[in-house]
Amino acid sequence: MNFINAEELLQLCKENSLTISQAMLKRETKISGASREEMINRMTHAYHIMKEAVQQSLTQEIRSIGGLIGGEAVKINQRRLHGKPVCGDIISKAIAYAMGVLEVNASMGLIVAAPTAGSSGVIPGVFLAIQESFHFSEEEMVDALFNAGAVGYLITRNATVAGAEGGCQAEVGTASAMAASAVTQLMGGDPVQCLGAASTAITNILGLVCDPIGGLVEAPCQKRNAMGASNALISAEISLCGIAGIIPFDEVVDTMYKVGRSLPRELKETALGGIAATPTACSMCRG
Amino acid sequence: MKDISVFDIIGPNMIGPSSSHTAGALRIALLAGKMVKGGIVNVKFILYGSFAETYKGHGTDRALLAGIMGFNTEDYRIKNSFSIAEDRNLIYSFEVNKTNKDVHPNTVDIVITNDSGKTTTVRGESIGGGNILIKKVNGVEISLSGDYNTIVVKQQDTPGVAAHITKILSDHHINIAFMSIYREAKGEFAYTIIEVDEKVSQDVVAELESNSHIESAMLIEV
Repeated sequence: MNFINAEELLQLCKENSLTISQAMLKRETKISGASREEMINRMTHAYHIMKEAVQQSLTQEIRSIGGLIGGEAVKINQRRLHGKPVCGDIISKAIAYAMGVLEVNASMGLIVAAPTAGSSGVIPGVFLAIQESFHFSEEEMVDALFNAGAVGYLITRNATVAGAEGGCQAEVGTASAMAASAVTQLMGGDPVQCLGAASTAITNILGLVCDPIGGLVEAPCQKRNAMGASNALISAEISLCGIAGIIPFDEVVDTMYKVGRSLPRELKETALGGIAATPTACSMCRG
Repeated sequence: MKDISVFDIIGPNMIGPSSSHTAGALRIALLAGKMVKGGIVNVKFILYGSFAETYKGHGTDRALLAGIMGFNTEDYRIKNSFSIAEDRNLIYSFEVNKTNKDVHPNTVDIVITNDSGKTTTVRGESIGGGNILIKKVNGVEISLSGDYNTIVVKQQDTPGVAAHITKILSDHHINIAFMSIYREAKGEFAYTIIEVDEKVSQDVVAELESNSHIESAMLIEV
């Protein structure tokens, strides 16, 4: 059981009546030689790390090493609890949690790179918000992480998830596509709808540059994780109501890679362009 | 090339903030430390490229030191590695080299002195997503990913050594995934890097070292 692109994955799922999660689990047991239980235990551990990071951001005072971020998750959460969040409960939760994980990351706390440290907030943000709102079990959430993993694997194999190579679209874009596909499966979507949601998520972020202020994984990374989380929910909603994707996932991934390679070096994690090159950002780096 | 695992995507579990500048840096130092026999008393890190520019904000320095002390990427002690090193009487220093541009952007040279005064220099590159490559040992160019259990043999460049190595591995039913030999110059020292699928016992290492042409054999377990 192996697949190297979305077309093969969908074929496998169709022929064997599998979800994307099930196909990914089968592939993993084959390539690693480990048992299904070991894989699930390892993924459950990863999910617990994600949850603890969110919890930490909501309950502890966090200062990042670079000093550009800290305290944002608490602010968003407070407004959700006591005010009227303009984007509703679920997106408000997702963005608070996503930004919180980036705070933990930037303060040398423990996170799960998913797929990278710079995009590590998107999946926890979306997953925890969905679990709380729709009361999914721990097992269902861990199963959905294998679906997310399948999408990330296809992009890693056929394009890139490195900001230095593909810009932010490759990092937060991939995380967003992974979360979109997983949510679609959790909410009852079939494999075609899952990859449709993933395609939409990437297409929406296509071209996004990587321009970290001072070269640090803080800003604008943190807010882009919030955007990636909400984009995942939007993309899942579009797919779940039966709006079909127009361009197949493999072609979207290929396009993302081409766009990434055509971005100038200044806009790929070097901190020489974009927001990182603004006068204000430059004065901060020198300080 | 190793198959991409779901845990390469949902993972690594790591202390932030950067998979390349923190987790990757730690993994280079962890592997470098495992290539040294005996206790480590002194370590110097020379940082190049992006490592040299942004190491403080990424905790690259703390991660490198943590790796030398054997911590893994999930270890909460990474943040306090300076004070832990001081408690352990491990002397450490950092140097920045911004003039050499002819290296991978995330490169570090690690100069390690052990308790018998012997010095080992290891060059590593952090190539993205926490993945790394060891590129040089004591000036000899090699390539080592740390994805597999690895045996590093330092030997004289003379006929029969490779046969000795493969014979012992075969006797112990150890399957070789990748094997390469790198040498300084003809007739001088060479390194054999063997990446294997199985667990390797220290008995195998001792048997390898029984050959008079082999100076040392080290096992790096991942």
